[in-house]
Amino acid sequence: MSGIGMENKPKLVDENNLRIDGRKLDELRPIRIEAGILKRADGSAYVEWGENKVLAAVYGPREAKPKHIQNPAKAIVQCRYNMAPFSVSERKRPGPDRRSVEISKITGDVFESVLFLEMFPRASIDIFIEVLQANAGTRCAGITAASVALADAGIPMADLVPACAAGKIDGKIAVDLKKEEDNYGEADLPVAIIPRTKEIVLLQMDGNMSETEFETALNMAMDACMKIYELQKDALKRKYITDQEVDAEQVEKPNTSRGDNQ
Amino acid sequence: MSEDIVCELMRDYLHQLAAKGTRIDGRKHDEYRKIEIKKNVISSADGSAQVSIGNTSVLVGVKVELGEPFPDTPNIGVLTTNAELIPLASPTFEPGPPNEESIELARVVDRGLREGQVINLEKLCVAPGEKVWIVFVDIHVLDYDGNLFDTAYLASLAALTCTKIPASSQGLGEDFPLPINGLPIECTVVKIKDYLLIDPALDEERIADARLTMAIDEMGNIRAIQKGLSGAFTLDEVKKVISMCRVSSQYLRNLVKS
Repeated sequence: MSGIGMENKPKLVDENNLRIDGRKLDELRPIRIEAGILKRADGSAYVEWGENKVLAAVYGPREAKPKHIQNPAKAIVQCRYNMAPFSVSERKRPGPDRRSVEISKITGDVFESVLFLEMFPRASIDIFIEVLQANAGTRCAGITAASVALADAGIPMADLVPACAAGKIDGKIAVDLKKEEDNYGEADLPVAIIPRTKEIVLLQMDGNMSETEFETALNMAMDACMKIYELQKDALKRKYITDQEVDAEQVEKPNTSRGDNQ
Repeated sequence: MSEDIVCELMRDYLHQLAAKGTRIDGRKHDEYRKIEIKKNVISSADGSAQVSIGNTSVLVGVKVELGEPFPDTPNIGVLTTNAELIPLASPTFEPGPPNEESIELARVVDRGLREGQVINLEKLCVAPGEKVWIVFVDIHVLDYDGNLFDTAYLASLAALTCTKIPASSQGLGEDFPLPINGLPIECTVVKIKDYLLIDPALDEERIADARLTMAIDEMGNIRAIQKGLSGAFTLDEVKKVISMCRVSSQYLRNLVKS
């Protein structure tokens, strides 16, 4: 967001309101979600989001260790967001830096709000997010993946949590910024919501936006979250629905329409 | 690997199977699980590969950067291998700085690559004593179901074979492929009771008495060895391991080439 290297700033939005990769302002990058792809983890998911590649795994509920971190009333959520050394253009030194520690914490907070933690006293639900390839928006991709992994692990939760950022580029509000837009843009606003209640469970911002711009951006990010929510559900259905159920669904549809007519 | 409780019933069962010449997943003693190699999977890396042997899956990304050579070898490039056993890959892996296991893994892979002279490091010198290319091999374990050594080694080798030196980004002419001398292959055999099993799955690794990893080059010469675990090998057993590894290394080498 800062002014570093601004002299090389490319044009981010053209006269037709199209962005550097040809997207419209409210258009997401292509997103592919797969549920249950790791064998050892209790739940897992893989998200390809534009040029982001993010893997999430969930272990638990399992005994929280060491014992002093246990909560006798409910389970604790432990989240670790980590970037692979080769995920960014200049090699990142392995291990947590301040940015990953912060993202780990806020991601853990997101899931504390939807998981039924009181069902598992003294337990720990561990969420691991690995960024294998990064191109802006990895925390949102990580949260999106971790929700699917939690569902894949069969852990009771109020809803899936989709996440998406909006931001300001060349003075215009746009959704799902990619790397160049994030670097040369004016603001970035990552959002995660509980789709059923439309409650906001993650909200961060850096940059500079007016109040109206902020409202537009927030609405745009929430609309995008709803689209991602459908992709999350679809990924879980693809993993768990059996061929028989697919057939049954197709048979059922004409029946329900007949019911509507009556 | 660590703090896993081993079921005695499983131990007996695996012994019985081994005595019958078979294994828990129906393999022969000298047979690898299904191997899959995908190259160039990470576009932010200069070279990358994802390799799975059975359910074990390892992702390796190679980064090449300019840096200073070591004072005692001012004319050659540098190879650095690093492994992370991230907690995503197994319920027994914990976050934190590299532990004994990840350091051994990184060093065994490094030894195979280095002693096997996979990379022609002489060609990575830019200005003697000042600037050379540093090759970072980062091993990221994604799913751990036994035999990390061979999976990580194959992934590292496959990633190096498709690595491009980013010379143009440094104003040093055109990008060029990493100069490769040859493809030595590491194979791992474990000893369970009196039986020798190649490519141990996790259940086998847990009850193994001893482990032997060998790097064998195209000529059939041995370039590196690592023995692990508390058990011992007789001389005859070591010879048998060498012949098992020699046969399998040719098969694995062809997989990396294709």
